[in-house]
Amino acid sequence: MALDIIISGLISGSVYALLAIGFSLIFGVARIVNIAHTAFYMVAGYCIYFATHEMGFHPLWGMVAAVILVTLLGMVAYKFLINPIREHEGAVLIATIALAMALQEIMTLIFTGTYLSVPSLIKGYFLILDVKVFYQQLLTFFAALIALGVLWALLMKTRLGLAIRSTAQDREVANLMGINEARVAMITMGISVGLASFTGAIVVPLTILDPLMWMHPLIMMMAVVVLGGLGSLKGSFIGAYILGFAEAIVVFAIPAGAFLKGSVALSIMILVLIIRPEGLFGVTFEEER
Amino acid sequence: MKKPLVSIIVIVIVIVGVALIYYATRPPEVVPTIKIGVIGPMQYVQGIGHWNGATMAADEINAAGGIQVGEKKMNIELVQADSNEFINITDATNAMERLITNDKVDFIVGGFRTEAVLPMQDIAMENKKIFIGVGAAHNELCLRVAKDYDTYKYFFRGSPFNSSFLGRTSFIHLGTVAAIMKMTLNIPKIKVAIAAEKAMWTEPMIEAAEGVIPKMGMELVGVWRPSPIATDVTAELSAIQRSGAHIIFTVFSSSVGIPFARQAGELKIPAVQVGINVEAQKDGFSQATQEMGNYVATLNTYCRSVEYNELTKPFVDGYVERFGETPTYTADTYTAIKYALAPTIEKAGTLDADALVAILENASYMVPSGKVEYLKDAEGNHLHELRWGPGYLTSLGVQWQDGELKSFWPNKWKAVPEAPEVTYKGIVPYKIPPWVVDAYKQ
Repeated sequence: MALDIIISGLISGSVYALLAIGFSLIFGVARIVNIAHTAFYMVAGYCIYFATHEMGFHPLWGMVAAVILVTLLGMVAYKFLINPIREHEGAVLIATIALAMALQEIMTLIFTGTYLSVPSLIKGYFLILDVKVFYQQLLTFFAALIALGVLWALLMKTRLGLAIRSTAQDREVANLMGINEARVAMITMGISVGLASFTGAIVVPLTILDPLMWMHPLIMMMAVVVLGGLGSLKGSFIGAYILGFAEAIVVFAIPAGAFLKGSVALSIMILVLIIRPEGLFGVTFEEER
Repeated sequence: MKKPLVSIIVIVIVIVGVALIYYATRPPEVVPTIKIGVIGPMQYVQGIGHWNGATMAADEINAAGGIQVGEKKMNIELVQADSNEFINITDATNAMERLITNDKVDFIVGGFRTEAVLPMQDIAMENKKIFIGVGAAHNELCLRVAKDYDTYKYFFRGSPFNSSFLGRTSFIHLGTVAAIMKMTLNIPKIKVAIAAEKAMWTEPMIEAAEGVIPKMGMELVGVWRPSPIATDVTAELSAIQRSGAHIIFTVFSSSVGIPFARQAGELKIPAVQVGINVEAQKDGFSQATQEMGNYVATLNTYCRSVEYNELTKPFVDGYVERFGETPTYTADTYTAIKYALAPTIEKAGTLDADALVAILENASYMVPSGKVEYLKDAEGNHLHELRWGPGYLTSLGVQWQDGELKSFWPNKWKAVPEAPEVTYKGIVPYKIPPWVVDAYKQ
C-alpha cells in the first residue's frame, strides 16, 4: 500500500505543482490572481482533442499545437483584458473569473457537454513492485519534472529570469533599474499560461474532457498556492506534493471515503494556515506591509 | 340636404377604410396547438436525448394530422427549456417557471437529476400541469403522489423505473454474471467490490447491495466511493485489485464511469464490471474510453439489436437513422408524448389536466421498451410509478463487445421459479474479458 501511495502521490503532486507554479509566477510578478489559469488548461485539452480526433493529427503534434495556441490566447487575453485594469486587483480577479466562464461556455457551445477523451502518447502499463503504473503517468511525472527544471533554469540562469525575479521582488525598483516591467509581466503571463497548457497537454490523456474540468484543479491549485505561501515557487512545489500525498493516503486508507480526498487535502491547508497564516514559505504579512 | 349626405359618405368611407386596414393588418389565423415543454440539460447528452425523442414524437404525430381533441385536430408545438441542472439547480427551476408562466405550455416532459426534478416537480404541481419525468429515478418523486395526491397527481414517471427496481435489476445482472464466472472459471466463492459514486441516489443501492451480496453467496470485499467527477481512479483500482475482487459492482451515473472503465481496461484489472454505468449506455462510450471500456456491462433501456416488442425496432431504427445514435432512456420523451399524452388527450377529448390524470393513471399501454402500467402503494393510493417485471418493463443488461453494445440479459430469465422464461429477440451470450480468464482459469 505504501508504494501505491508514493506513486499516486508523486503523480498528482507533479500535476498540481505544474499548475500552482504557473499560477504563483504571474501572481508574484504582476500580482495577478488569474482564476482563468485552469480554464487555459481545459482549452489546451480541447485543442488536443480537436487536433487528434477532428483533424487526425498525431497526439504529440496536437499537444505542441495546443501549447502554442493556448499560450498565444493567454497573452492576447492579458493584453486586451487584464493589462488595462491591472492596477485594480479586485477587477482583475473578477475579469479572470469572467474569462474562465466565457471559455467554459465557448467550449460547451463547440463541443457540447459530452465527455470526450484523447489517446495516450504511450499506451499500456508496467509494474513497479507489483503496482501497476501507466506509461502515460510516468511520462506525465517526468514531463512535469523537466518542465519545472527548465523553468528553474530560466528563472535562475537567464537575464529574463533575473528580470522576472527582480520584478517579483519590487516592481517599482525594477522599473527604476530599467526593466520594462509591462513587458516582463506580459512574458511572464505567456510562461504561466504556457505551463497551464503544457499541464493540460500531458494530463488530458489520463483524464476526461468536459467544460467543467477546470474547476476541481482550480480549487486544488489555489489550495497548493495558499499552503505553500502566495507567490512562493518553492512553497507551491512542496505544497503540491503535500496535497498530492494527502489525497493518495485518503484513497488507500479509507476506501469508502475516497470522495473525501479533496476535502482532507483542503483541511490540511486550513490547519497549516491556522499555525502559519502566511503559508509554508510565504512572506509574512508584517514584512509585506 | 347636402351636409348629411356628405357626412354619411365620409362615415362610410371611414368605416370601409378601417375595415380594410384591419383586414390587411389582421394577425394570421392562429392554428391551435398543444404546447409541450421539453426540459433538460440541453448542452449534455441527457438533454439532447430529451429533445430528440420529443422532436421525433411531435413530427410523427403532426405528420399524421395531429391529435384529435374533441371536434378539432391539434398539432404539437414543442418548447425547449435548458435546465442546466448539472451546474445550477436554480436554473432548472427558473426554466420550469418560464415554461409555465411565459411560454404557457400545456404539458411538460423531461428532467434528469433528482435534486433538480424535485423542485421542478413542485412548480409544475402548483400550476396543475401534467409533468412526465423522464430521467430521474428516485422513489420520492412518486411517493409524493401517494402522500399528497391532490397536489402531486399531475406527476407521472416516464423513464426509467425507480431506484428500487433499478437496484433489483442490477442485482439480477450481478447474479447472472457471477454464475457465468463461477461456472466458466471454477471460482468457488465470488468476491465482489462495490464502486459507487458519492451521490444521493446511490446510498440506498449500496445499503441494499451490502445486504444482498452475502445472501447471494458472494463475499463483499469492500466499498469504494470515488467522487462523481473524479478523473483519476487508479488508486481505487489498485486497492480493488489488492482486495482480490472478481466482480466490481458499479453504481455510476456521472462522468466517473468513464475514467473508471478506461483505467480498469488499460490496467487490465482482473475483475469484470457489472451494475449501472450510465456513461456506458451511450454510443460515445467507446471513444470516451479510447476503446478501453470493452467488456463493461451495465443496465440499459435500448440496444440496437434487441427488440422488446414490435414497437422497439421502428423506434430505435428511426432514431438511429435520424440522429445517428442509439436512444438512451432520456429519449423516452418520445414514449411520454406519443404513447402516454397523445392517446390520453384523444380519449379525454380535452386538455384539462384533471380529466387526463384520471384516464392516464388507469391506462395500460405498450411502449417500445415494454408495457406501461402505473402502480399503487400498499394502501391502494396512486403512485404514478412504473410497474417493473416480466411482461412489463424490465430494461436490459448490456455489454460492450468488440466496440459494440450487445445485450446479454434477459436470457431465459425467470422472475420466480414458476414464471415463464423471458428472452428478448437479439440477446447474445455474456463475454468474460480475456485478461480475467487468464487471471483465474485453472
